[in-house]
Amino acid sequence: MIDRIARLGRSGLELARSFGRSGIFLAGVLVGVPRTGADFALLVRQLYAIGVLSLAIILVSGLFIGMVLGLQGYTILSDYGSEDAIGQMIALTLVRELGPVVTALLFAGRAGSALTAEIGLMKATEQLSSMEMMGVDPLRQVIAPRLWGGFLAMPLLAVIFSSVGIWGGKLVGVDWLGVFEGSFWGNMQASVEFFDDVMNGIIKSIVFGFVCSWIAVFQGYDCVPTSAGISSATTKTVVYSSLAVLGLDFVLTAVMFGSF
Amino acid sequence: MARRTMEVTVGVFMLLGVFALIFLALQVSGLTPGGNGSTYTVYARFNDAGGLTARGRVSMAGVTVGRIRSIELDRDSFQARVTMDIDGVIDNIPTDSSAVIRTSGLLGEQYIDISVGADDTSMADGDSFYSTQSALNLERLIGNFASGR
Amino acid sequence: MASEAYITLEDVAFSRNGRPIFDDVTLSIPKGKVTAIMGPSGTGKTTLLKLIGGQLKPDSGRVVVAGESVPDLSRSALYRLRERMGMLFQSGALFTDISVFENVAFPLRIHTKLPDDMIRDIVLMKLEAVGLRGARDLMPAQLSGGMTRRVALARSIALDPELIMYDEPFAGQDPIAMGVLVKLIRDLNRSMGLTSVLVSHDVPESLSICDFACIIADGHVIGQGAPDELRSHPSEQVQQFLRGHPDGPVPFHYTAPKAEADWGIEGVGRD
Repeated sequence: MIDRIARLGRSGLELARSFGRSGIFLAGVLVGVPRTGADFALLVRQLYAIGVLSLAIILVSGLFIGMVLGLQGYTILSDYGSEDAIGQMIALTLVRELGPVVTALLFAGRAGSALTAEIGLMKATEQLSSMEMMGVDPLRQVIAPRLWGGFLAMPLLAVIFSSVGIWGGKLVGVDWLGVFEGSFWGNMQASVEFFDDVMNGIIKSIVFGFVCSWIAVFQGYDCVPTSAGISSATTKTVVYSSLAVLGLDFVLTAVMFGSF
Repeated sequence: MARRTMEVTVGVFMLLGVFALIFLALQVSGLTPGGNGSTYTVYARFNDAGGLTARGRVSMAGVTVGRIRSIELDRDSFQARVTMDIDGVIDNIPTDSSAVIRTSGLLGEQYIDISVGADDTSMADGDSFYSTQSALNLERLIGNFASGR
Repeated sequence: MASEAYITLEDVAFSRNGRPIFDDVTLSIPKGKVTAIMGPSGTGKTTLLKLIGGQLKPDSGRVVVAGESVPDLSRSALYRLRERMGMLFQSGALFTDISVFENVAFPLRIHTKLPDDMIRDIVLMKLEAVGLRGARDLMPAQLSGGMTRRVALARSIALDPELIMYDEPFAGQDPIAMGVLVKLIRDLNRSMGLTSVLVSHDVPESLSICDFACIIADGHVIGQGAPDELRSHPSEQVQQFLRGHPDGPVPFHYTAPKAEADWGIEGVGRD
């Protein structure tokens, strides 16, 4: 019994310790003031690797999710004869919730795991050490551009996801099922408020972008530099990011849309 | 990958994001550029504000012309006092127009419809609607019908 | 020792996860010479290089490089000191996403503001020195193990360091690649006036190029001196290591319970 409590305490301490390490790590990354010229090129490279390469999965998933929303919305709403409200339903779900959340989950799976694996591999092959020995801070050269890249790419990906989703919903609702186009957009415009709905969605995705990239680069940097270590770090990235996104989504939704 | 190509694709990606944002702003939320600047405030008192909500729509002949800013209870008359912002371009609403609470569809949300009067003078900032018509309360209506009144 | 010491370690103790790696290591590495640090696998030779490079801090004792006490340096001073050091990692540690040319150019681009054509000239000169000027456009994945190490060597000398550390340069190399590396290490040391530190367990190669050698085992320096002095060293442990005897002070058998107990034949007669 005592043994079990001791074990619990130890794992609690271990948890606190890894939180502490990731905080120190984050501070180390953020303190390094970016040098304009060279760092900008590194950032562009990461925006390419993180943002552009995730675009395909974001476009395809956004389109399908929008189409499914259109289909489901139509079947439910037509029971009440208010299938005109389909536009507002699709837009609000996407802009407020599904856009930021699904983008973040896909991001964790596509870009986050790749970041962790890449950094872990650089650690395992001593590339990070050799950088340190060349007098180059890997936090600044390798980690910071990846963190900022993820941070910038996520909101862009999320608005693209929402837009494509709305277009997919319109494809199904208007072009296929025959909802009147005027009321589709009209209802949507009447109910979606730019600063309350769209902006809150963007704020969510900024938070998610930051958290997901932080988890990904930290797991990569902190991993055990062996193949087993890298693969477990990659798994951890996806699991922790997904949990963090869903948990934070609840908190943010309660703060933003809760009526108290 | 050549650096140039990479920069171009990243640029296209950023532009795509900006376009998506503009799409969400204009087409999805119906934000009109510059239209936000000039609005004027008018008031209306209702016996029953029903399901009216802040940010709800104010329309004339089905066209949105403004938004509801707030709904409060008037302590003296025990009526609902609705404050709304009307688009500055629509500056010729006759003073004898009335504000009516309507529902879009059977279950849709409630909004204020302004039914136009015939007076020559127009409403200005700070004016109140002279005549109003409260929300159609379905429950009460059915109750009245059932009791034969 | 004739020349002055470039690196001095005094009473250095270091432990990792509670397991002691070094315990009172005192060592000085002369300037402008090739020093070989040898020892059986797992004695923390790489750790020693990391202590010198400031990537690890000793639990106690002093590490002085070029007159500066490494563990006490601020982060930025440490990075400035490292610009004067080169280190060749066991795996080469080339950046896998950029070409050979860019790998060698990397430290130059970060630490200098030289124009592109000058960087190009320097990179080609360094690649020429390791005989790989023709491989400049290859990616690291296309190189053989020996070539990878030579490119990494070109990269470590790109900034003309004062000190270069080689971590197991000969491990896993074929005889030709090994010969090339031996020649390169010796030539570079002579032509650039470098201080070289070589960590290895390949005895003949190391002894053939070093001016000074020391052997570390069980967290202590067990023998040091010029190669000839070491060959006639009285310690049995040194002799076993240099000659590669399978049994001796370092036993063939890992510490185990008594064999009879494991096989279950202690005190039991055959039926």
